[in-house]
Amino acid sequence: MSADAVTRRAVLKSLTMGAVAGSVMRVIPLEAAEAAHDMIQAEKASAGGYAPKFFDAGSYKTLQLLCETIIPADADSGGAIEGGAPEFIDFLTSENEEYQATLGGGVKWLDATCKTRYGKVYLECAQGQQKEILDLIAYRKNADTDEGLKAGVEFFMVLRNMTADGFFTSKVGIKYLGYKGNTFLTHFAGCPPVEGV
Amino acid sequence: MLQVGPAKKIYDVCIVGSGAGGGTAAKVLTEGGLNVVMLEAGPRLDPDKDFKEHMWPYQLPHRGVGLGGRQRGIGDEFMAPNGFWEIKGEPYTVADGSAFRWFRSRIEGGRTNHWGRIALRFGPADFRAHSTDGMGDDWPISYEELAPYYDKVESYIGVFGTKENVPNSPDGIFQPPPRPRCTETLVKKACDQLHITCIPSRMAIITKPLNGRDACHYCAQCGRGCRSASNFSSSQVMIPPAAATGRLTMIANAMAREIVVGANGKAEAVSYVDKTTMTEQRVYAKAVVVAASACESARLMLNSKSARFPNGIANGSGVVGRYLTDSVGSDLVGHFPQLEKMPPHNHDGVGGMHLYMPWWRFGKKNEFLRGYHIEFGGGRNMPGVGEFDYVCESEEGYGASLKQKCRSVYGTFIGFSGRGEMIPNENCFCELDPEVKDKWGIPVLRFHWKWGENDLKMAADMQETFKSIIEAAGGTVAAGARRHSKPSGDVQQQSSTISVGGAIIHELGTVRMGNDAKTSALNGHCQAHEVKNLFVADAAPFVTNADKNPTLTIMALAWRTSEYLLEQAKKMEV
Repeated sequence: MSADAVTRRAVLKSLTMGAVAGSVMRVIPLEAAEAAHDMIQAEKASAGGYAPKFFDAGSYKTLQLLCETIIPADADSGGAIEGGAPEFIDFLTSENEEYQATLGGGVKWLDATCKTRYGKVYLECAQGQQKEILDLIAYRKNADTDEGLKAGVEFFMVLRNMTADGFFTSKVGIKYLGYKGNTFLTHFAGCPPVEGV
Repeated sequence: MLQVGPAKKIYDVCIVGSGAGGGTAAKVLTEGGLNVVMLEAGPRLDPDKDFKEHMWPYQLPHRGVGLGGRQRGIGDEFMAPNGFWEIKGEPYTVADGSAFRWFRSRIEGGRTNHWGRIALRFGPADFRAHSTDGMGDDWPISYEELAPYYDKVESYIGVFGTKENVPNSPDGIFQPPPRPRCTETLVKKACDQLHITCIPSRMAIITKPLNGRDACHYCAQCGRGCRSASNFSSSQVMIPPAAATGRLTMIANAMAREIVVGANGKAEAVSYVDKTTMTEQRVYAKAVVVAASACESARLMLNSKSARFPNGIANGSGVVGRYLTDSVGSDLVGHFPQLEKMPPHNHDGVGGMHLYMPWWRFGKKNEFLRGYHIEFGGGRNMPGVGEFDYVCESEEGYGASLKQKCRSVYGTFIGFSGRGEMIPNENCFCELDPEVKDKWGIPVLRFHWKWGENDLKMAADMQETFKSIIEAAGGTVAAGARRHSKPSGDVQQQSSTISVGGAIIHELGTVRMGNDAKTSALNGHCQAHEVKNLFVADAAPFVTNADKNPTLTIMALAWRTSEYLLEQAKKMEV
């Protein structure tokens, strides 16, 4: 038996133990949940990453690129891919027919439109071409003047919301926002001095 | 006397439902010496296994929104278990032209595992509605009669708040309140300018240790359930002391079908479906306390038909299912750019608001009768799915600027929710659906709903008030902001000014009390006029749905009813 297996069993055991031994013990499930999460992440990485459940390999690469374009890595933090947004989106889409139509159909629409405009699918387009088409579908007003963009705009709206969902509910995204809670305090300090508040 | 076979077990009392009312009755009755059997339609609760307290969204595969991303708001994956807007195999129907939503909880403790913990006493005028303004009816009891039981409940469960002497919003027995968050400081200043009373809220969350329960640790996650039981739930605060007496028999996964009437016209048993074995069972008791939640209790009584009670047990008056009300609800979100200047700090606090606005125009001449209170929340809560929909949809675009915009506006929204008194009207009621049955063959409820003129005027006034507060606080109305990050995690999706009936989850009044047996089902002790060993101990007996959340009054009333039942049992009257 490997050391990892022992750790996992210990973690799962402490997850179900909870509050029996009084206040101090209550911290354990929290730490255990954190450890369980890290283990799952490590397993995923060692097994060659997440296996998409809905998108085919090519579409999933397009999805990953789009997510990272919507929420990119910058000097302050990693981006949508590090936050697991593509996995989150693929997972939910595999269970939801509306998302399948909007997002699955949306990637196909994007590739078809790029083929018409640039002769290549989105992934193979030059950066300038990718930017050009995204600048068209990233704003609702563009669909007012060009009916042909409607499906693309609708797709991008849903994708943008879900990318933000995936990123900002991830470890890296929550850290980027600066959320300070979800902890145990003996005393709540209230509002620090804020100008205008 | 010679008996064939084992003697059938007869309990002193059978309680149907383990929520606020059932739990209180179980505690008082067992501690008073009676043997109690409790039927709960859902499973037992195991806080250590069932609660998702302190988990991060990324620790759940769906980040909290469930299969296909469909579980949002109060029914999301983080919430304490088994509270549902829809239950598979257990439908309810809504009449043509009506809209109604019914949140049901099938688990030990019922909806007290999920509730907002807002614990407000009804005021003296709320019991004298008809005498005050000529609308509706008076209660058969007064505030003064119920006040000692509010004292008992607050002392036992623990409620924080402050003594304020606000007219018709009585003070209680309070623990110290937590300090305000930045969002609350901002709104209070605006309210002070506008002469709107804004005071510490009154919540069933303990800020000091009480009866072996630890004080709140300020993680803001009450709605998920609290492993240290620092907030009130029946499952963790009422059921354990009842069980400790050794006189409580809890039967979980037991869906009550019918209250069985004996030859003497009294209730003698409750028949139920054992959902584990899918068998029909029956428990016998000398008295029955129905506390299944207002509409579920009405359903059980309507389904308890016999030659003596062709319209349902104790329903000679025909009022069971009638006088259904919910709170008048209206919501609006404001955006407050000055909150961007908040330094990084822990903004969590308790699981709910630290300040609120009780009805501040009591006794003044208004466009409508009765009043409302305002709940509000927002700020830098734990980020969740949907948090940035509004920013994404208003900013559009993509890339580094969008990412930065999300960070800068994170926590700068405050949602306001008005909760007001609905006056009962003849268009709002529930009845048995003549066709539809649940998966056990039990006829289901059909709801009828239409808001009254007074309710609509009140909701419109709420919107005006919210706008004035938002403006006075230097914010702007964020129309269309779908998620306003109320700390409780509750999200009211609302397409019009007034909420959908039932959506506020304050439905009540369906087995009302009164002095006249022709216009009420229960007397002033929540005892059926027609069946002296039948009592109702949830919000069904309420005569009015005041601008105060019902749970504290459910418990005070259940405590009083249970003490009366104890007295009667001693005198062998029941």
